[in-house]
Amino acid sequence: MTDTLLSAQNLAVFRGEHCLFSDLNFSIAAGEVLQLHGDNGSGKTSLIRALCTLLPIEQGEISWRGAALPAAREQYFSEMTYSGHSEAIKGDLSARENLSFTASLRGTAEASIEQALSRVGLQDRADLPCRFLSAGQRRRVTLARLQISVAVLWILDEPLTSLDVHGRALVEQMIASHASGGGAVIFTTHQPLSLDGCDVRSLELTC
Amino acid sequence: MFRWFHKLASLKNFYRLAEILLPWLAAICAILLVVGLYRGLFVAPTDYEQGESYRIIYVHVPAAWMSMFVYVVMAFCSAIFLVWKMKLADIVAEVSAPIGAAFTFLALSTGSLWGKPMWGTWWEWDARLTSELILLFLYIGYMALRSAFDNRRTAAKAAAVLALVGVVNIPIIHFSVEWWNTLHQPASITKFDKPSIHISMLIPLLMMAVGFKLFYIVNMLSRARSVILEREANTAWVTERVKENRL
Amino acid sequence: MLASFIALLKRDLTLAARRRGDWLNPLAFFVMVVTLFPLGVGPDGDLLREIAPGVIWVAALLATLLALDGLFRADYDDGSLEQLILSPQPWSVLVLAKVLAHWLITGLPLLCLSPLLAVVMQLPAKALPALLASLMLGTLTLSLIGAIGAALTVGLRRGGVLLALLVLPLFIPVLIFGSSSVIAASQGFAIEAQLSLLGALFMFALVLAPMAIAAALRISSE
Repeated sequence: MTDTLLSAQNLAVFRGEHCLFSDLNFSIAAGEVLQLHGDNGSGKTSLIRALCTLLPIEQGEISWRGAALPAAREQYFSEMTYSGHSEAIKGDLSARENLSFTASLRGTAEASIEQALSRVGLQDRADLPCRFLSAGQRRRVTLARLQISVAVLWILDEPLTSLDVHGRALVEQMIASHASGGGAVIFTTHQPLSLDGCDVRSLELTC
Repeated sequence: MFRWFHKLASLKNFYRLAEILLPWLAAICAILLVVGLYRGLFVAPTDYEQGESYRIIYVHVPAAWMSMFVYVVMAFCSAIFLVWKMKLADIVAEVSAPIGAAFTFLALSTGSLWGKPMWGTWWEWDARLTSELILLFLYIGYMALRSAFDNRRTAAKAAAVLALVGVVNIPIIHFSVEWWNTLHQPASITKFDKPSIHISMLIPLLMMAVGFKLFYIVNMLSRARSVILEREANTAWVTERVKENRL
Repeated sequence: MLASFIALLKRDLTLAARRRGDWLNPLAFFVMVVTLFPLGVGPDGDLLREIAPGVIWVAALLATLLALDGLFRADYDDGSLEQLILSPQPWSVLVLAKVLAHWLITGLPLLCLSPLLAVVMQLPAKALPALLASLMLGTLTLSLIGAIGAALTVGLRRGGVLLALLVLPLFIPVLIFGSSSVIAASQGFAIEAQLSLLGALFMFALVLAPMAIAAALRISSE
């Protein structure tokens, strides 16, 4: 498949007055997995946030399905989902309530919530307020959220944070099945990930 | 890449342009202020109703005009900055705020000085003075917001949004204060709204008004030059100028 | 679009129901501030009656201000704000849902409590409809305008005092028309002018504020 989804041309991103990277070019097509590499402070998170249009780019262009981004935002947001450092989970709401809010924002059927909950192994804890969940369990809620967001492109910043061995296997599995189903994933991680049978490309960020 | 160079070039060009204009503008400004003040304070006839104390209008009225004018300039530049991301517009807005606040403060304090002989009190809740006071609050808020951010880019955008919100609100605030004032003290004398002003009083007033405007421009340009130097500190042209010792 | 508006509204109301301090505290503040005035100026009924409209209105304004700081704070801190920005729904509609939820949990209780304070402040009963109507329109407008300030300062560690500096000058027209309608009503005059001006301010804020809030939140989440 060579259906290009997201592409970046001559991208430059600043943090304050400091240039993190410039003249960055890449693209990602359906079925592809792109892993961002780089040392701490090399700008992985900034790049990810820039790809989400959360951080303004200093120079260059990001386009979604060929349309330049800030303008094509509406289309883009309906087809992408982002999971960042902060979990965006309300501690006072249960996992099910948190997910059902996401589902109504994205217009997903309620039925898929149960499915997603059991996929990440939280069906028994689904009605507990999330502040009683462990860090790893909360991370699993964000994985369930990916599942129900029915997006083509997943943008994940350190998805393995606080996950155990099974959690890591789950992430590997989810990424692989998303890519083989015609989706695309952009992610960063400091831990080795075995994505067998996936077309994993990597992008090295250097200062 | 071209756009990037273009942006740099325009700040550099502005710096050059300001350098050339500044001495001329400053000279004209000084002449206008000195002559205007002299004619206003010594030559213009005494007002038959207010006596000598009316002469404070030669400072008060231009300052009050400028206090509004500078805010509008700030808001205008903020809009340009938000729409076209023009750095120069942000710099002009940034350096204008303290000058505008100073004009507002001057208008307030001279108004209060004028109030002592006229109303017998240092502070009267007059509609215009109250509006001016609220304008000072708006300036203070703008400067406080801008200085609260660590990241200058975020600060610039947030301040620009605030300036636009402020400029939309100024007419509303003005109207509401006017309305409030007539409601509570219907018989109060409003200042300076005589239908006609004698030409010998008007000319120095206009000279002062133009002088104040030039004073703002001179001040704004020289402040903008400093900010440009600071922001462009790492560029080749600034380094070169520093080497040649001609800033 | 409507579904997401309602979903966000429902989420915020659920959160408020589970965390009562967030909205009960400003309410208690409102009552306490008003109580301070008789203690400060003396229990003289005529004086209290005279200053009651202004006192209740200023206290309502300060209570609104106090509650505003938390409007976007929690969503900003836990990353929900980014998720809302990135949702496929129109951003200003979601912003409006947040402001409405905020008004329902802070403005509306204030409104319900105000007759009690009117009694405490010796405000004549005939001024009560004016107090309720003006507070209704006024606090809605204050929430909308104040949300702009809250959105601009949400990324700052100590945004509270700054928020007050930014929004208090913008609150002045609402205060003027609001308290003057109560004064007019207590003196037996017509209040149509004040209420229609408050209504106009509300419509104006309703149209323009969501855009400014939406832009400010985007800037703050950079």
